[in-house]
Amino acid sequence: MRAERIPIALTVNGEQRTVETYTHHTLLEFLRAELGLTGTKECCSEGECGACTVLMNGYTVDSCLVLAVEADGGEIVTIEGMGSPGRLSAVQTAFAETGAVQCGFCIPGMIMSAEYLLRQNPLPTVEDIKEGLDGNLCRCAGYSLIIEAVRRAAEARE
Amino acid sequence: MRSFRYARPGSLPEAVALLDQYGSEAKILAGGTDLLVRIRMGHTLPEMVIDLKRVPALAAGIAEIDSRLRFSALTTMTDILGDIRVKRHFPALVEAARVVGSVQIRNRATLAGNICNASPAADTAPALLVYGAIVNMTGTAGRRSAPLSEFFIGPGKTALNRGEIVESIDLPLPRQRSGAAFGRVTRRWGVDLATINLCCTVEASGKARFAYGAAAPRPVLVEDLSGVLVDRGADSDEKDAVLRRLISHTSPRTDVRGSREYRQAMLLVMSRRALRSAISRLYHTDERA
Repeated sequence: MRAERIPIALTVNGEQRTVETYTHHTLLEFLRAELGLTGTKECCSEGECGACTVLMNGYTVDSCLVLAVEADGGEIVTIEGMGSPGRLSAVQTAFAETGAVQCGFCIPGMIMSAEYLLRQNPLPTVEDIKEGLDGNLCRCAGYSLIIEAVRRAAEARE
Repeated sequence: MRSFRYARPGSLPEAVALLDQYGSEAKILAGGTDLLVRIRMGHTLPEMVIDLKRVPALAAGIAEIDSRLRFSALTTMTDILGDIRVKRHFPALVEAARVVGSVQIRNRATLAGNICNASPAADTAPALLVYGAIVNMTGTAGRRSAPLSEFFIGPGKTALNRGEIVESIDLPLPRQRSGAAFGRVTRRWGVDLATINLCCTVEASGKARFAYGAAAPRPVLVEDLSGVLVDRGADSDEKDAVLRRLISHTSPRTDVRGSREYRQAMLLVMSRRALRSAISRLYHTDERA
C-alpha cells in the first residue's frame, strides 16, 4: 500500500511545529527522523523497556506505541526539553551527581519517568520509585543508584 | 511498520460508517498499546486504522448515571486509578488496573480496549465480570447492551458485529456491602501477562462470585450461593470442595507461562487467598486503607 503523509501541528519542547509525517510512523520515529531529536532512544519497540519514554500532554508514554499523527494538536516534551541550556533539571543533576548513569542508553527514558513520578508524588518512598520506574529497564542493572538518584532529586526539589 | 491508511472520525456516526465500510480490513485505535505491537509484529495488517480519540462521545470520563458508574470507551487505566468512586465501590478493579503494563502503558491503555482485545488473560476482565459489567455498544443497527460475560466469545473474539464499537462500560453500584479481592500469578512484576488472574467478591448473604482469567479460552465467571465460602464457621475442607467445583469450570492449557497442572494448582491456591482477603474486607474496614 502507498504510504500516506499528512501535516501535524504540535508543540515539542515548548516550540510550535508543523511537520509532515507518515501516517504509519510512530511518535518515536517522528521525533528521531523528522525532528532530529535523537535523545529519545529506540530499543524494544513494544512498550517493554521504556527507552523511548516522553511526556505527551503531561503523561508519560512509550513513544514507540503512539502514532505521530496521534500527537497532532498535542504537547510533547522529550529529554531535550528537560532543564535549559547550561542548567540541568533537578532530576538530571541528581542522576549525574549520584553516578546513576552507566552505559546511558536507558537514562533519557528513566529521567522522563522520574520527572513524571515526582510531579505526581513529590516525596516517593523507595517502593513508589520502583513502581514509578517499572516500565523502564536498565540492561546495566544499575537500579540501586537510579533509585537513589530519584530519591535525591525528590529531596533537592523540596 | 507496514503502512496503512489512517482516519480520525469526528463523531460516532462517522466512526461507525467507516468501520462498517472497511469491516475486517479496519482496526480501531484507542490506546494503541496492543494494536501497534501487533501491527509491527505482523500479527494484524489492517488496511485502515480508525483513531477514536477525536470522537467527543467516547472521550475519557467516569460518570455516575442511574445507580451505575459509566466508563466511556477512552477511559484509561490511569483514569481508573485516580477515581475516588471506583476506589470506594470497585476496589478490585483498581487493584487490577494497577498491574496492567507499566506507568507508560497505563497512561494510554483503555478499559474498553482491554476487553475488546478479548485476551483470555486481560487483567481487568475478572474484576469487571464479578462486578456485573454491562457493555454498551453502538453500530449501524443502533445501540444495544450486553453483560460482559456474553461479550467474550473466545480468544480475540467478541460479540461485536461488523460496524459496531464499544461506547462505554457500566458497573452497577453495589446494593449490598461486599468484599472483593484481585489476585494474579506472574513470572515477574510489571510488564508481564498473567499466568492466571482472578477476582472474588463475597456478600454477607452468602453469595460468592469468582472470575478467572488465563484459565480458559475466555474469562470465566462462576457463582456459589451455598453460603459455605462466606461462612466463617465452615472448615477449610468444605470450602476447598466448593472452590474445586467452581474451578472445574475452567480449562487451563499449557503454554510458555505455565503448564495446565500448575495453573490448576494455582487457581486453588489463589482462590483461597482471594476469598480470605475478600471476607476480611467484607467484615472489617479495608485493611489497606
